[in-house]
Amino acid sequence: MEQYILEMKNITKEFPGVKALDNVTFSVRKGEIHALCGENGAGKSTLMKVLGGVYPYGTYKGDIYIDNEVMKFQNVKQSENAGISIIYQEFALVKELDVGENVYLGKLPGKAGIVDWDMLYYETSKFLKELGMDINPHTKIKDLGVGQQQLVEVAKALSKNAKILVLDEPSAALTESEVQTLMGILRELKKKGVTCIYISHKLGEVFDIADRVTILRDGKSIGTFDIKDINEDKVISLMVGRELTERFPREEHTAGEVVMEVRGLNVYDPEGTDSLVINNASFQIRKGEILGIAGLMGAGRTELVTSIFGGYAGKKSGEIFIDGRKVEINKPADAIKNGLGLVSEDRKRYGLILQQSVTTNTTLASIDKICDWGVINSNKEYLNTSNYVKELRIKTPNLRTKVNNLSGGNQQKVVLAKWLMTKPKILFLDEPTRGIDVGAKFEIYNIMNELVRQGVAIVMISSELPEILGMSDRILVMCEGSIKAEFNYRDATQEKIMYYATGGH
Amino acid sequence: MNTKLSVSNTSVNVKKGVINSSRIKANIRTYTMISVLVGIWIIFTIITGGMFLSARNLALLARQASVTSVLAIGMVFVIVAGHIDLSVGSVLGLCGGVMAILQSRMQWGVIPTLIAIILLGTVIGAWHGYWVAYKKVPAFIVTLGGYLMFRGVLLGITKSVSISLSSPVLKAIGQDYLQKGAGIFLAVVAVIATIIMVFKARSSREKYNLDVPPVYQSILKVCLFSILIIGFVLVMNNYEGIPIPVIIVLCLTLIFNFIATKTKFGRCVYAIGGNPEAAMLSGIDNKRYTLLVFIISGFLSAIAGIILTGRLNAATSNAGAMAEMDAIAACVIGGTSMTGGIGSIPFALIGALVMASLDNGMSLLNTESFWQQIIKGLILILAVWVDMSTKKK
Repeated sequence: MEQYILEMKNITKEFPGVKALDNVTFSVRKGEIHALCGENGAGKSTLMKVLGGVYPYGTYKGDIYIDNEVMKFQNVKQSENAGISIIYQEFALVKELDVGENVYLGKLPGKAGIVDWDMLYYETSKFLKELGMDINPHTKIKDLGVGQQQLVEVAKALSKNAKILVLDEPSAALTESEVQTLMGILRELKKKGVTCIYISHKLGEVFDIADRVTILRDGKSIGTFDIKDINEDKVISLMVGRELTERFPREEHTAGEVVMEVRGLNVYDPEGTDSLVINNASFQIRKGEILGIAGLMGAGRTELVTSIFGGYAGKKSGEIFIDGRKVEINKPADAIKNGLGLVSEDRKRYGLILQQSVTTNTTLASIDKICDWGVINSNKEYLNTSNYVKELRIKTPNLRTKVNNLSGGNQQKVVLAKWLMTKPKILFLDEPTRGIDVGAKFEIYNIMNELVRQGVAIVMISSELPEILGMSDRILVMCEGSIKAEFNYRDATQEKIMYYATGGH
Repeated sequence: MNTKLSVSNTSVNVKKGVINSSRIKANIRTYTMISVLVGIWIIFTIITGGMFLSARNLALLARQASVTSVLAIGMVFVIVAGHIDLSVGSVLGLCGGVMAILQSRMQWGVIPTLIAIILLGTVIGAWHGYWVAYKKVPAFIVTLGGYLMFRGVLLGITKSVSISLSSPVLKAIGQDYLQKGAGIFLAVVAVIATIIMVFKARSSREKYNLDVPPVYQSILKVCLFSILIIGFVLVMNNYEGIPIPVIIVLCLTLIFNFIATKTKFGRCVYAIGGNPEAAMLSGIDNKRYTLLVFIISGFLSAIAGIILTGRLNAATSNAGAMAEMDAIAACVIGGTSMTGGIGSIPFALIGALVMASLDNGMSLLNTESFWQQIIKGLILILAVWVDMSTKKK
């Protein structure tokens, strides 16, 4: 009889019209790091919400055992009291409060409603030390980087005496070095007997850290494996239900003439200081190629493309030529007129109007195409949208569905559809596959190849080196606002890119 | 592996049944709004022994609701764009005051007076819009400033005395009724227009090879609208005819609802309110549309000022006080989201009717005015609560 700290048996959870979880069984051994893998919509988050008490007992079928005892969580509090702590993808931190206040949010120590601040900050710095974090507990959350915020979440979980720590996509927003720090901390916690459930799309991390892995697909548990008995390709094929011969559909592209040239672009900090966010960047983009831009977070990649697109708040200087003609791009409307499109890195914040329909979102950047004299022709609107929905295989109940209700991959496809409808000559893709599942990633790569075949030039920013190496024809490496190196993909390796991205010369 | 942008029909489930079910959902929301209204009407009818539902009172009620309705139309745009306009009551009052001065003291003609007033409202709207859109001052602050400033200007120019109108035409705008024959004529025109529109929409769908709803559905739709239109005109004709302000509200509703739902302008306003950053990055000129939204609000405040001053046949220094609150309440009862991006003009008008019905019914009952305020406040909270809890299901 194995020693399980957590067993979820025959969990079935239904939403109107969908079976999100279908008889899922999930067992976690005491003190292990257990990875949970699956495509978006496979049911990982739903399963964790059942565990976390978000869906109270009775709204699902099946049983949860912790240390062989049946648990009937009515709310999140009861689940936390049982030692379960879940860190969601979107942090539950109050930005204007400091680290200590956030760690003790909802359970401030003290008597008679008067907070014992000394104890709070003393205890907080103890937890921070435990995590090897060298920050002042009085620092406001908004002044911390994403990686440190993640660790504050971990500290918060520790302060609740978590026995089981669940991390939902912890590395989505972290840089490589921050991920390494997090991994180190998780290993330390493991030594101290904390059990960890690690949800991630990044299989490299899973194989780096996990002891066992459970794979979900379409709401069913496919299997649990010891990490040493399985490899990445096998996990992917179990997740998507088919063998992937290749993760990146590399195609030979023949680059045409230069469509866009950037000369001496300087971009200033929008806060009014004279510091440069982009320092003297010059590069060319050719018709029918994919130009990858690699670099660490904060290297200025997003600032580079948004400022070219006219959507960055800081001042800029330098010249941009499109088809050999000098152009002035001061606002996104100018960029669109000149045949540029930008799929931004945060689709929920910059790409979509979440509470509006697939149709509205798809046609947003090309409203003139569906209007006669400023009046919307709803039939043109419908036909255009349904064409892109078909072409990009967007899975949506209907065209009036709010994009809020779509999965991440399908939301990203709606953003793509919006830009494809503008018929761009040059398409900037900023982290086009962040937070979406393997199957949808592969579809997006195929769409990129198809666009290149049609003569579109693609500029892709990505923090995932395999993606940069797997898809780009040429690769630019940025560091601290400057372009440090350029490679043909055949000459590039992860090591070379990291060398320049970390500031090597 | 299929590397083409393959056209697979299975992934697009644009089935008729699915569309219909989402329509029914939208209708349920309409029904809750209307049932709140009907509920209020039934209660007042019972308490007043039927007086509330008399043709005379319904005509008065419709006229009473007209000022709030005109303001609410503009307010829907402002709130949907993610802002607020607290100045509309003061602007309404100022427009009325200037109108009375121009017309009765300076002896301007009716047409020049009306043009001047509408220009005045529009310019004031542009002033607010400029500060909000181009100077990035929050709308709450800008229009709170406007609320104080323009009330102050009104007090200054009127010296706090009421100024009566001498033009029968301006008075007629607020007080008169459309002749009964003309009312019937309008009803016929409206019914014919409905028929044409419903069937034009059908043929357009046919042209683009889209699913066309069954004929009986279209006929049912036409019948329903016709009954509503004719019923309304008959009830109004049972008293003096349709009040002119109500005609104005109906025309403005048709125009601005069209702008909100069918034009590029409307689409952009909803987009800006829904997610300003995404709208900007999609090439929408947020500043320009924000300016225009406030111009619309100023324009409609001027119209409301003309109607109210005509109805009272005089401009007073406190005309339109608290009108901004009624307009905001009407929008919110009608389901407009205070965070922007969601809202509908017809629903806001139902909200305006709810507010006016409360005023009217409680006045019939001689309820003391402090009770009226307490009850209106409570109903506001309850109505929004009912709306939100039905939305969740």
